[in-house]
Amino acid sequence: MNMSVIWPLVVFLVIIFLVGVYASRHVQSSSSFIQEYFLGSRELGGFILAMTMAATYGSASSFLSGPGAAYNYGLSWVLLAMSQVATGYFVLMILGKKFAIMARKYQAVTLVDFLFARYKNEFVVVLAALSIIIFLFSAMAAQWIGGARLVESLTGLSYTTALILFASSVLVYVVIGGFRAVAITDMVQGLVMVAGTVVLFIAALKAGGGMENIMRTLGAENPNLLSPYGNDRSLTPLYLSSFWILVGIGVVGLPQVAVRAMSYKNAKAMHRALIIGTVVVGVIMLGMHLIGVMARAIIPGVTVGDKVMPELAMTIMPDWLAGIVLAAPMAAIMSTVDSLLLLVSSAVVKDLYLHFINKKAEEKQVKKLSFIVTAVIGVIVFIVALQPPDLIIWLNLFSFGGLEAVFIWPVVLGLYWQRANGTGAASAMIMGMISYILLSTFYPNAFGMHTVVLPILLSLITFVAVSLFTGRSKWKQA
Amino acid sequence: MKKEKQEDSRFIIAKKEAWIGILLVIFNFIWWYGFAYGLGSGPVEKYRFIFGLPAWFFYSCIVGLIVMILLVVFTVTFFFKEVPFDEEGENR
Repeated sequence: MNMSVIWPLVVFLVIIFLVGVYASRHVQSSSSFIQEYFLGSRELGGFILAMTMAATYGSASSFLSGPGAAYNYGLSWVLLAMSQVATGYFVLMILGKKFAIMARKYQAVTLVDFLFARYKNEFVVVLAALSIIIFLFSAMAAQWIGGARLVESLTGLSYTTALILFASSVLVYVVIGGFRAVAITDMVQGLVMVAGTVVLFIAALKAGGGMENIMRTLGAENPNLLSPYGNDRSLTPLYLSSFWILVGIGVVGLPQVAVRAMSYKNAKAMHRALIIGTVVVGVIMLGMHLIGVMARAIIPGVTVGDKVMPELAMTIMPDWLAGIVLAAPMAAIMSTVDSLLLLVSSAVVKDLYLHFINKKAEEKQVKKLSFIVTAVIGVIVFIVALQPPDLIIWLNLFSFGGLEAVFIWPVVLGLYWQRANGTGAASAMIMGMISYILLSTFYPNAFGMHTVVLPILLSLITFVAVSLFTGRSKWKQA
Repeated sequence: MKKEKQEDSRFIIAKKEAWIGILLVIFNFIWWYGFAYGLGSGPVEKYRFIFGLPAWFFYSCIVGLIVMILLVVFTVTFFFKEVPFDEEGENR
């Protein structure tokens, strides 16, 4: 393997590491450890907020499997991917100022804190913390496997060595630096993602002899690649539209994204983040997926979807530039797993330990515990990723849509519907999760829509019905 | 404005902004769907091309993204209000 591909990756890792060290100083000097470690003391500015939301959301799928699918389906898959532009503004506008104000009022550090303060229901806490731990743990394991495979294919190292390299670099900065390290590295990673997208797009355009030429080649191979129906005309308008629920609107319910909506400094930061976030998500999603389609004309015959992007970069670019561009998927994976790692750790420390086991733990004790728990979770994920059990793979399939179905209504209705109560929230969470798992197992893509649509609807109906039946909520307006 | 018993004025603003988010996403969806299937449902041989891309794709995805960015900039600049977030915010 050529060293000049590897150098940019090494430089990238060193920068990330330095950020961790920088952030750990804040962790040591902060007046409230918990607030700093799990939420960066609510000090994020607009730019970092936008980048960390976009980077946390954009994962291996945006850079590897997404473009791979676009390679196979054609422009229709880019159309599908564009439903994600909504996440750039929708999440922050919906949760918005109300969530930021309420989270401060409750002094909530985690999403679960918020839910507890709102519903005063222990059952909601247990359900929420467990779904975060179980599903995000599996999602994290899946992303680590993706990260290690990527390092493996770029460097030629063995899978185990690649995994050690990947895991240790993520672990170090998350454990010592907490949320601030995660957010700042997310910003660096987000910039790498945008830059990588733009550079690769220009290079692909040149290598393919211009867009007209590329589209003509694709049209000659199979005209359906240029249609909004997919290469085999199997993608219906209804099916594509249902992705607006999964990757657009439903993202409001993803804990790793929602928790960021309570981490920013002030309204100005939120306003800037809305604009920057929309631009960043739009550029990455449009760029990467369109590149996937263009790749079909430039390097035909790739059979493994995840390899389209790396192969394209290595074919059409000088090695050193390919190294920089390929830091982008790496960055995407890292910026997702670091957030998940911290979130799972906060669920264990803050939502379970501090909430149920030891309410009056001392600051020093909490600090030690947080470092240890974060590190231990990291090590467990590492062991799991060495030889992933089927259970993890199975759980990961549900993590994205499942978490949306669990959390979206308890969060949104908790904010905007005064009569929402704890019993309603708990039953909605159970309904969302169970119906999602059952439907995806026995009746996937019901009525031609993505599986997530029905559970979100069922969860809403359950929530409203149960809340109304069990009478007035204990919600007190302060 | 001092302590109010009914609704915090900041929440009225927040609610309005959430509605703007919903309207934007509906508009975004209609634009996306309308151009993609309005222009793209015919046979591929009859497609018009703009900058090398099929017209449906150009309008739905590329112009659509630009329009959404401009709309977000516009709404944030003209409709979003800055409010303090902390408890005593209203008194400051």
